[in-house]
Amino acid sequence: MDILERPPGEVRFRDPQIEMAHGAGGKLTRRLIEGLILPLLRNPVLAPLSDSAVFDMNGVRVATTADAYVVKPLRFAGGSIGELAVNGTVNDLAVAGAHPVGLMATFILEAGLRGDDLRLEVEAVASAARRAGVAIFGGDTKVVEHGFADGMYVSTFGIGTVDPRARLDARAVRAGDRILLSGPIGDHGITILLARGELDLEADTLVSDTRSVLPFVDALLDSAAAGLRWMRDPTRGGVATALNELASECALGIAIFEDAIPLRDEVRGACEILGLDPLHIANEGQLLAVVAAEEADVALEAMQAVPGGERAACIGEVRTAPAKTVLAHNGYGGSRAVDMLVGDPLPRIC
Amino acid sequence: MKYVDEFRDPQLIRNVAGEIARSVDPNHEYRIMEVCGGHTHAIYRHGLQDVLPENLRLVHGPGCPVCVLPTGRVDDGLSIAEHPGVILTAFGDMMRVPGTRGTPLELKARGADIRMVYSPLDALRLAQNEPTKHVCFFAIGFETTAPSTALTLLRAKALGVRNFSIFCNHVTIVPAIRAILESPDMRLDGFIGPGHVSTVSGCRPYEFIARDYGKPVVVAGFEPLDLLEAILMVVRQLNAKEAKVENQYRRIVPWEGNMPALRAMSDVFELRPYFEWRGLGFISQSALKLLPAYAAWDAEVQFEIPGVRVTDPRAAQCGEVLKGVLRPPQCKLFGKECNPEHPVGALMVSSEGACAAYYRYVRYEDDAANAQPVTS
Repeated sequence: MDILERPPGEVRFRDPQIEMAHGAGGKLTRRLIEGLILPLLRNPVLAPLSDSAVFDMNGVRVATTADAYVVKPLRFAGGSIGELAVNGTVNDLAVAGAHPVGLMATFILEAGLRGDDLRLEVEAVASAARRAGVAIFGGDTKVVEHGFADGMYVSTFGIGTVDPRARLDARAVRAGDRILLSGPIGDHGITILLARGELDLEADTLVSDTRSVLPFVDALLDSAAAGLRWMRDPTRGGVATALNELASECALGIAIFEDAIPLRDEVRGACEILGLDPLHIANEGQLLAVVAAEEADVALEAMQAVPGGERAACIGEVRTAPAKTVLAHNGYGGSRAVDMLVGDPLPRIC
Repeated sequence: MKYVDEFRDPQLIRNVAGEIARSVDPNHEYRIMEVCGGHTHAIYRHGLQDVLPENLRLVHGPGCPVCVLPTGRVDDGLSIAEHPGVILTAFGDMMRVPGTRGTPLELKARGADIRMVYSPLDALRLAQNEPTKHVCFFAIGFETTAPSTALTLLRAKALGVRNFSIFCNHVTIVPAIRAILESPDMRLDGFIGPGHVSTVSGCRPYEFIARDYGKPVVVAGFEPLDLLEAILMVVRQLNAKEAKVENQYRRIVPWEGNMPALRAMSDVFELRPYFEWRGLGFISQSALKLLPAYAAWDAEVQFEIPGVRVTDPRAAQCGEVLKGVLRPPQCKLFGKECNPEHPVGALMVSSEGACAAYYRYVRYEDDAANAQPVTS
């Protein structure tokens, strides 16, 4: 039963208070949205709970998305909050098969924020928008008292037109379809963890993967539009959460091959030390796609031909069983279930 | 990645798994306990049960320090955070452990100043940076983490940092293993000894298991090949009707232990006469407390600790799972009332707990066929 058909109130939100984990993108986030927000705001456009809302406007298929960016520190290796805000919004439109037309950006500023820091972030917004080929149409600025925000927050809204070749629907996914991934996972999440300076770990070469995934989407639509079933940018909650949502929506099993998943040594090393699963770590510039088996090879070649897509890989396939489950298989015959993230990823002690 | 890739080599793993399959007697059921929670996690994380023969069963032991911490001690620790001006610090995997009034994360969401640290030294540094606050470190763990608590205390004393304290919940593994061996329904054939604990304590403390109880012990590392090799070593001892302590994790574990770490521990800690373990009850001389010389840094002296006792939920069958009598899905609450988001029993609490690891990695299997208790 998908979310559209689910009777109102099936998922209940009984948590007594909001915790940080409700914003981590895993199970608790899902419960908050499905159990509290969706029942009160329910309508057919909202119901699929995609990152973008897709609807028909005077014969044109339009996608819209809204997002908010709260990140500490504001700047980190490979990116900053301003760049994230543009790329993240563009990516939410892109995985709906849409080309962005324009964005709005609202800046919530904490009194005491240095003018130079704000200028840097507005410049980051401008240059990321230029790179993605989208304009900032408007927005708002608000200032809150010192101590009420981590320097600044950015809230965005984006609108785009859906490519007529895109026919994306989790319910169209079939057993045998292939799972493609655009590149190494976990770079953003581990970069942020290291940038907070709480760990005596260093990975000089590791940078956030924040970027627009539009070139990958274009490559997939140009090479294999007919076989392209589903796309997602695996951000908070990581690849594990995105694939679990897919498994649940298509009511099939997802098999992934651990050896095929691209992963940098720095990310793998940090995850080994901290007891974290790279599949749960956030990404900001990767694309997951489900493509029909007969078109998977050509689609993968097209992704690998995109600059920055050299390590794109086929990481798994859709199977009939076990339904609604993601199973990871390793190279020596072992397997494990891959669950959605529960709460925030927390390091183990030994 | 050095020290990882060579221990995950698929061909080598298949070879050792094949050797185990050839070595086991098909008419005998082998029950081998991995004492350490890190092993439990690694076994499920790497799907090792898939490559082992069906008549070789891994039983998950009491070595997850978060899991065995009783609810009352969690409540006691969290009560410290309610004192004005106190910052309570804890390891990441403590943060979701429930007390009767919520987890540290839930209390933090309600306004308590509770912070995650990666080591007790980070907590001490926080105390130095926040001289107007009192920073308490909620110390948990076996011999693996106790030395870092000890060294932190020694440093706090040397530096004269007085706005810092330790709420000591360190436990020692040997009394827990002894309690399991003494249990009348014990049905184990051998042990995989804890790798991290043994880096500190060495291998000698397990000699009584072989000598007094006739069970083989092999101390093992945490990679798939480490664990399979250790299992093979236990099977070979059993086939040869031998019982001795062997060290598979020689690249890390010194037979005699880590003397400076043991010395730091004895400088700072003494044994408590008894301590409560979640799922196992009271075990004598199984936990550490600070020596009186460190009373100024002992949270149990510095704060009024309520000394809460909370009975383990009766329906949760943690004790039976810990002793290998039941497998996680055979507990009445498994996956229903008790799950990682809302743990009822000890073993669902941390990702290293047997039930949490099983829930996370293996729950897709249809356990209906295996839903009978283990028979000896």
